[in-house]
Amino acid sequence: MNAPAPDEPFAFTPESLARAEAEIAKYPPGRQQSAVMALLDIAQRQQGWVSQSAIEAVAAKLEMAPMRVQEVASFYTMYNLRPVGRHHVQVCTNISCLLRGSDEIVAALRERLGVDFGETTEDGDFTLSEVECLGACVNAPMMQVGDDYYEDLTPETARAVLDALAKGETPAPGPQGGRQFSAPEGGPTTLTGAADEGES
Amino acid sequence: MPKLTIDGQEIEVEAGTTVLQAAEMLGIEIPRFCYHERLAIAGNCRMCLVEIEKMPKPTASCAMPAGEGMVVHTDTPMIRKARRGVMELLLINHPLDCPICDQGGECDLQDQAMAYGMDRGRFHEAKRAVSRKNFGPLVETVMTRCIHCTRCVRFITEVAGMSDLGALGRGEHTEITTYVGRALGSELSGNIIDLCPVGALTNKPAAFTYRSWELRKTETVDAMDGLGASIRVDTRGNEVMRVLPRTNDEINEDWLSDRSRFAYDGLKRRRLDRCYVRRDGRPVEASWSEALAVVAERMKAAGKAVAAIAGDQTDCETMAAVKDLAMALGSAHIDCRQDGARLEAGLRASYLFNSTIAGIEEADALVLVGSNPRLEAPVLNARIRKRWLTGQLTVAAIGPEIDLTYRHQWLGDGPSVLADLAAGTHPFFKVLSQAERPMLILGQGGLARSDGSAVLGRAAHLADAAGLVKDGWNGFNVLHTAAARVGGLDLGFVPGMGGRDVAGILDGARSGAIKVVVLLGADEIDMDGLGDAFVVYLGSHGDKGAARADVILPGAAYTEKNATYVNTEGRVQRTVRAVFPPGEAKEDWRVVRALSEALGKTLPYDTLDDVQTRLAAINPVFGTLDGVMPAAWGRCGDDGPLDGAPFVSPIVDFYRTDPISRASETMAACSAGAATQTIQGKTGTHG
Repeated sequence: MNAPAPDEPFAFTPESLARAEAEIAKYPPGRQQSAVMALLDIAQRQQGWVSQSAIEAVAAKLEMAPMRVQEVASFYTMYNLRPVGRHHVQVCTNISCLLRGSDEIVAALRERLGVDFGETTEDGDFTLSEVECLGACVNAPMMQVGDDYYEDLTPETARAVLDALAKGETPAPGPQGGRQFSAPEGGPTTLTGAADEGES
Repeated sequence: MPKLTIDGQEIEVEAGTTVLQAAEMLGIEIPRFCYHERLAIAGNCRMCLVEIEKMPKPTASCAMPAGEGMVVHTDTPMIRKARRGVMELLLINHPLDCPICDQGGECDLQDQAMAYGMDRGRFHEAKRAVSRKNFGPLVETVMTRCIHCTRCVRFITEVAGMSDLGALGRGEHTEITTYVGRALGSELSGNIIDLCPVGALTNKPAAFTYRSWELRKTETVDAMDGLGASIRVDTRGNEVMRVLPRTNDEINEDWLSDRSRFAYDGLKRRRLDRCYVRRDGRPVEASWSEALAVVAERMKAAGKAVAAIAGDQTDCETMAAVKDLAMALGSAHIDCRQDGARLEAGLRASYLFNSTIAGIEEADALVLVGSNPRLEAPVLNARIRKRWLTGQLTVAAIGPEIDLTYRHQWLGDGPSVLADLAAGTHPFFKVLSQAERPMLILGQGGLARSDGSAVLGRAAHLADAAGLVKDGWNGFNVLHTAAARVGGLDLGFVPGMGGRDVAGILDGARSGAIKVVVLLGADEIDMDGLGDAFVVYLGSHGDKGAARADVILPGAAYTEKNATYVNTEGRVQRTVRAVFPPGEAKEDWRVVRALSEALGKTLPYDTLDDVQTRLAAINPVFGTLDGVMPAAWGRCGDDGPLDGAPFVSPIVDFYRTDPISRASETMAACSAGAATQTIQGKTGTHG
């Protein structure tokens, strides 16, 4: 909340507007303000971040005071109030990830990107952010890039994800250590035998 | 009607009453920061924790509705511990700068820290620091002191009806700020200084000039607009240091408009502190006896060709004395309507705010005619908004299309719409006539025009036709902008038989029919229109009138005299002297009394009591203090032709309406939109 980010003109594209209308339609007439968070998200997806102009566009759309929209936008950390790179790398350093080695992940990411938290690489490809728990503790340590979770990270796999993204590829999201979702590492440990399944 | 027990005392309260309010009724004090009885409940400071039996945890009493059979304890070891914990958390980020904080000595946090604070902090990390915000020229911000009670945000949003202010960020990073750093746009913004329980929002014009315990407090009445708000004038020595509102549910609740609160520096500037007599075209200092002798000589020579015009802040004592003197001289050329408003002194109900200000809270339909209450009486406007927020008031306006801070139908800008309404042909007529308690507010914008009488007549017609006046309810209201106006009309300070009104006096002065004009702080008239007349100015400030005057007699401002004013509702109120007038200035009525002696027509009163007895003799309403006497309704105005010209509000610049506010640098800064100026880093040690 220091120096405000330079503004960037914003207007809803027809596609965004259609999605916004769909969100507003979820609420009774006159309660359109309930859609404020959805519209801010739509604006962020369109612009990459939420500029002052976007706040005002949302406010105008919902007949709200711009201040009230800005309060919402500033309350939630997932709205980016300053521009971010093409890939927004959000790495969790909360307790579970910390215990599982997020410090090494952060070190690897910093070294790979050459930027610190809150900074964007010179080519505008990556912004590195530190975030609080993203609710994937069972696959700690983890990071979120765009909408995707990359879990069970090691410094090597974290670097590999970024390398792939830098090449324009989309690495497969989910656990990078090979296990399926949050199944036990090395395969199932219970319900392993056919006997357990009972006679059929 | 739930019945509950608080600290062993049983009380039955209305459903919806909170535990804190119930405790208050029993006289049990519960500490609080965010709760304020006139704002929505936020429940975010947690200072008001109480213990309620069968509840597992301490409860915030401000947000807990009283329930049947509740047993509440407000002072148990658990509660003391809980409040100590809350206090410790609040103090984690609060700076220890009380010695240089303007709130020091009257700070809720300071007081409550005495009761619940620890003698040392356990927090050794760095405290947070928050940059100052620009709230405009009236409110100083030291946001590091903010404890996020959000009273200011709620006030500006709910009461003032603006969405300028908000809380950005969350948790420890929350900051109260205006939208993109704009200044506050409300005419009521000064009230957030009073609301702020800490020193985050303080009085900017008065920054670092006083400590609250040095001030002498005088409870008096405001004369900066027609409302007559209850105020407290705080002085040190013979200097007004600040003006604060006093709670008065009948008039201003807890609020005060920015002009009434901040124009006081105008009381120290451009003051007339001695007599001047114009010789060879230049004002020359003179003694009282010299100046009065010159005036007496001219008046004697003028005979009956003497006229007097009362200004907007003239007290009733002075007007009564001048009226008596004019009668003694045989002149009927007196007028208290310097703006030319076509008000009649005959029927009291025709110029009062009959339904009373508190009555707005009963109204269910309202039409504003030629009035912009937001500028003419911001506190009254807040009352309309308060009623509107309940959803039970429908508002329409005839006049300029403006933002009144509440939604209203704009019916049109000219008198023709009023004529349609009065004739019953306008659709809004139905809303008014079907309403239980319909109201009309007629502003000076509708009256101070050549067809003002016809506008008044149509408004009265509408009042009759739509049933605005009925048993126990009079919805016909005139909103005055001048503190002196109702008093002047009550005293009959209007042209007598064969007398001239303001326009007539100016005509007479031009043609030579009027030889001497006495201006009682009247500065809003056309000074060029005074022609070659000999002008005597009796007033407090070197404004337009004094610049034109041939003799200047220094008078006292409203903070410097015990005087009577009648507010727009017809409420007779007395100011109390807080400071003495500067230099040789005297209470105005005493000057008139001295002048009468120089004229050989000595007025029969020597003391303030005598004059006030005389007031009551002229009009018995002056015998009733602080109350409102219902006035009988009747016909007023006339059915003359209406002009096509649209209504315009008499107030162009809210911050500069009278000699005092025009002399005020603070008001000049507001007026210049200095609102946008950036805040310079200033501390107590900077000059």
